[in-house]
Amino acid sequence: MIYFDQVSKVYPGEMVGLADVTFTVEPGEFVSVVGHSGAGKTTLLRMILGEDRPTSGNVFFESADIHKLGKRELPLLRRRIGSVFQDVRLLPNKTAFENIAFTMEAAGRTDDEIASDVPYVLELVGLGDKLWHFPHELSGGERQRVAIGRAIVNQPDLLIADEPTGNLDPLNTYEIIQIFKKINDIGTTIILTTHNKGVIDDLGKRVLTMEAGQVVRDDKRGRYVL
Amino acid sequence: MASVLTLTVTLFVLGSLLLGSAFLDSTLNNIQDKVDISVTFLPDASEEAVLSLKESVVLLPEVSAVEYVSKEEELALFRERHKDNSLIIQSLEEVGNPFGARLNIKAANPSHYETIANFLGNRAGEGAASTDRIIDNLSFKKDIVDKLLKVIASSRKVSVAISIVLVVTSIMVTVNTISLAIYISRDEISVMRLVGAGDMYVRGPFMVEGVIAGVIASIFSLILLYPATVWVRNATTNVYGGVNLVSYYTEHFGQIFLTLLFSGILLGVIASWLAIRKYAKV
Repeated sequence: MIYFDQVSKVYPGEMVGLADVTFTVEPGEFVSVVGHSGAGKTTLLRMILGEDRPTSGNVFFESADIHKLGKRELPLLRRRIGSVFQDVRLLPNKTAFENIAFTMEAAGRTDDEIASDVPYVLELVGLGDKLWHFPHELSGGERQRVAIGRAIVNQPDLLIADEPTGNLDPLNTYEIIQIFKKINDIGTTIILTTHNKGVIDDLGKRVLTMEAGQVVRDDKRGRYVL
Repeated sequence: MASVLTLTVTLFVLGSLLLGSAFLDSTLNNIQDKVDISVTFLPDASEEAVLSLKESVVLLPEVSAVEYVSKEEELALFRERHKDNSLIIQSLEEVGNPFGARLNIKAANPSHYETIANFLGNRAGEGAASTDRIIDNLSFKKDIVDKLLKVIASSRKVSVAISIVLVVTSIMVTVNTISLAIYISRDEISVMRLVGAGDMYVRGPFMVEGVIAGVIASIFSLILLYPATVWVRNATTNVYGGVNLVSYYTEHFGQIFLTLLFSGILLGVIASWLAIRKYAKV
């Protein structure tokens, strides 16, 4: 589903983001990417979203070269990818419901779909009773759940999560990971970056280990080794 | 708000220039209407000679009308003009009638004056050699028209320069306003982009903002133009009665309205487009 072909990224000032990265993610896989800060995890995800261009090499989503897509095709690709971030990125002046409804609207969904899907998704992430809460009225874990709800509401083929549990306590982290597992079980491919050893060991799925922009390990049933 | 204000000023000036050029045009027409060639004959030229020249001039296709003023009429006109000046009247008594007859020739088209003047000039030239020289003086007001045309041309240049400066300024201010709006909603924009919102979905609202600013500004400037035309009319009635800008404004309201509306929308769209291109990349 995702194929990195000798991808390198050099930022201005000779900062290496990625160095000759090649790997493949199959449909339905749950891949964790681990590594120190600055190892290139976030750059990797930004490449998939088409937010960053590689200096050399190609990134493919199915058969499409992401960085050769036109202005009209890139948004269509992004609609097939859900994304979750450590800093959540909810809109502070919109309620949980509105935050999710907003992304459906942006993706061109109808009002009927919005009215039925948003409560369903919030129920799925365990926030069925907090539809009309604003982000500042929610806890960190709850906010992250809204963000996950937002990422999956358009039924993406791929979910990418950049340290979604980075700011959460162990209990919330566990619950978030359970949600991810559920999402993966219904067939969504997931790429997750994390610092959390417990998360990796609990998942027992494929792990890519990055160091200085390179993939140094690729374990089928991974452990956290750094 | 600042962008609406500058757009209003720009459109107001554009409207004024529009009206101003209409004013100049009609003034020019008025004056061109009054332009004619006046041929003054020598006092001793016989009436038959003058009238025969008149006949030949009338036959010219370029000539629309010829008015004959006899030397007696000319004298009467002069007396009438100077009836309060006893000194002039008195000296006139002593001299007798110093005036020659006159032909006022009107051309069908202002550009024809040259031809007619040439024709008369040739006749005058022939006459000069022989003894039957009758034309004393040939004057036509082409110089005035030329001067007026020059004034209009240079005033057009100045107004085009002013409009360009204003258009650029208003676009820059509007770009700033819309850039600020984009900056304020940068979080929304980044989320929209991540969930794959289309180009128009992200940029549309800012485009609409520019268009609305343009529409409001054009309406404001139309409202402002009305008192301005009234003021111009009141200021110019004494100087020049020919044109009434207020009635011109009300008669051509639709046309002016559409021109300003279109310019306003165009300016707004250009400004939003520039701002979006710079700050709201997809």
